[in-house]
Amino acid sequence: MLSQTWAIFRKDLRLELRTKEVLLAMLVFGLLVLVILNFAFEVTREETRRLAPGVLWIAFTFAGILGLNRSFALEKENHGLEGMLLAPLEPGYIYLGKWLSSTVFMLIAEVFLLSAFVVLFDLNVQAVLIRLLLVILLGTSGFCAVGTLLSAVSANTKMREVMLPILVFPVVVPVLIAAVESCAVLFEGGEMAEYYSGLRILIGCNLIYVTVSYLTFGYVLEE
Amino acid sequence: MTETPSEKAPSLLELAAVSKFFGRTVALRDVSLRIEQGQRWAVFGRNGAGKTTLLRILATLMRPSRGEVCFGGKPLNGRESELRSRIGFLSHTTALYGDLTAEENLLFYARLHRIEKPRERIAALLRQLELEHRAREPVRDFSRGMQQRLGIARAFVHRPRILIFDEPYTGLDGPSAALLQDLIAQAGEITLILTSHDLERGLALADHAAILNQGNLVEQEEVKPDGDTRIHQAYARWVQGQR
Repeated sequence: MLSQTWAIFRKDLRLELRTKEVLLAMLVFGLLVLVILNFAFEVTREETRRLAPGVLWIAFTFAGILGLNRSFALEKENHGLEGMLLAPLEPGYIYLGKWLSSTVFMLIAEVFLLSAFVVLFDLNVQAVLIRLLLVILLGTSGFCAVGTLLSAVSANTKMREVMLPILVFPVVVPVLIAAVESCAVLFEGGEMAEYYSGLRILIGCNLIYVTVSYLTFGYVLEE
Repeated sequence: MTETPSEKAPSLLELAAVSKFFGRTVALRDVSLRIEQGQRWAVFGRNGAGKTTLLRILATLMRPSRGEVCFGGKPLNGRESELRSRIGFLSHTTALYGDLTAEENLLFYARLHRIEKPRERIAALLRQLELEHRAREPVRDFSRGMQQRLGIARAFVHRPRILIFDEPYTGLDGPSAALLQDLIAQAGEITLILTSHDLERGLALADHAAILNQGNLVEQEEVKPDGDTRIHQAYARWVQGQR
């Protein structure tokens, strides 16, 4: 299982390093969102800390949707899914490989977006960086866990660019709320118990989303 | 009522009263077909007769809406991976990534099939299909014929024992078609199921023939080496529409 999942991940990574299609789209769009929101809010430092978590996750999720759209669009264009389905592997392994690649690409984009965010909003996150990165990791993997499954669903529809956010956003609400509130604790210096509570929700969501998606992925791919 | 698989010695693959619907469209209707190990089947029919649907069900890319698919005499359910490890499937689409090189594409599929010494196998295949000089070039730069040949390599990379080919000669020039026939000949005792619009070309590779018409299996015969006129008559009637 691991070798086949890894082969799918490596294939996606190799393609992305060669074309940089997904990363560039996510970066440009994410930066655009941050810049516009930066200009839209003329706020005090206190208000910045309060708004920062929401701004950050708006940029992440909007950029992430672009990346997820490309994930299965690429397979559809190349009929790669058919090739993978002809191999002796469970469809769930395809899901795991695609989930892994989507998460990694989104995390790479988020590193750059976080750097831009810190500069644009003049926030010092050094003291909380490790805890912030943990939230971003869990939030991103949870987002991609759902997004990968639903990207496969929407890839076969006519309006997939519109369909994917419509399908994804209602389902990832628990992840987004937990991620935003955990980040709020870090930026505003709140109670760490709330931060850990948010982490527990994120871990739970990850486990549920990955398990359900892995088990149901075969049905999504059926003709 | 679904027919049960026959009580004879288990066949390699068997379709028992298989139907496939796409909404209101009936792609296959109560098709029963028994494929023994080592047999070579050519399936003919007009466009839209259900040939591709039949092959995709055999290749486990689709489930039937009704009926049962059996592998080795037992229902296929839950054993799709076991069957797929034995199948080499070739269709109109090559399932190749344009931004990967020929070698990278084959290596990816070789890894999915977990074959040993994949690079040696890939090098041999590319040599056999006369693509070794383009091994490190992206597939998007290949001509249609070369992509077809690479698709053939992909289908053969894991040394399949069951070949399922949907109009394999489409897009192949004469020399490429000859390369494909060489590969099939070298594969030894394999089971072959192919569709073709070309009766003579299809029969040249087959010892059994079947004809589909509007989703119904209207004819299935053993091909006799003496120029079987019964198949020709059935083809003329069902595919060419001659009475």
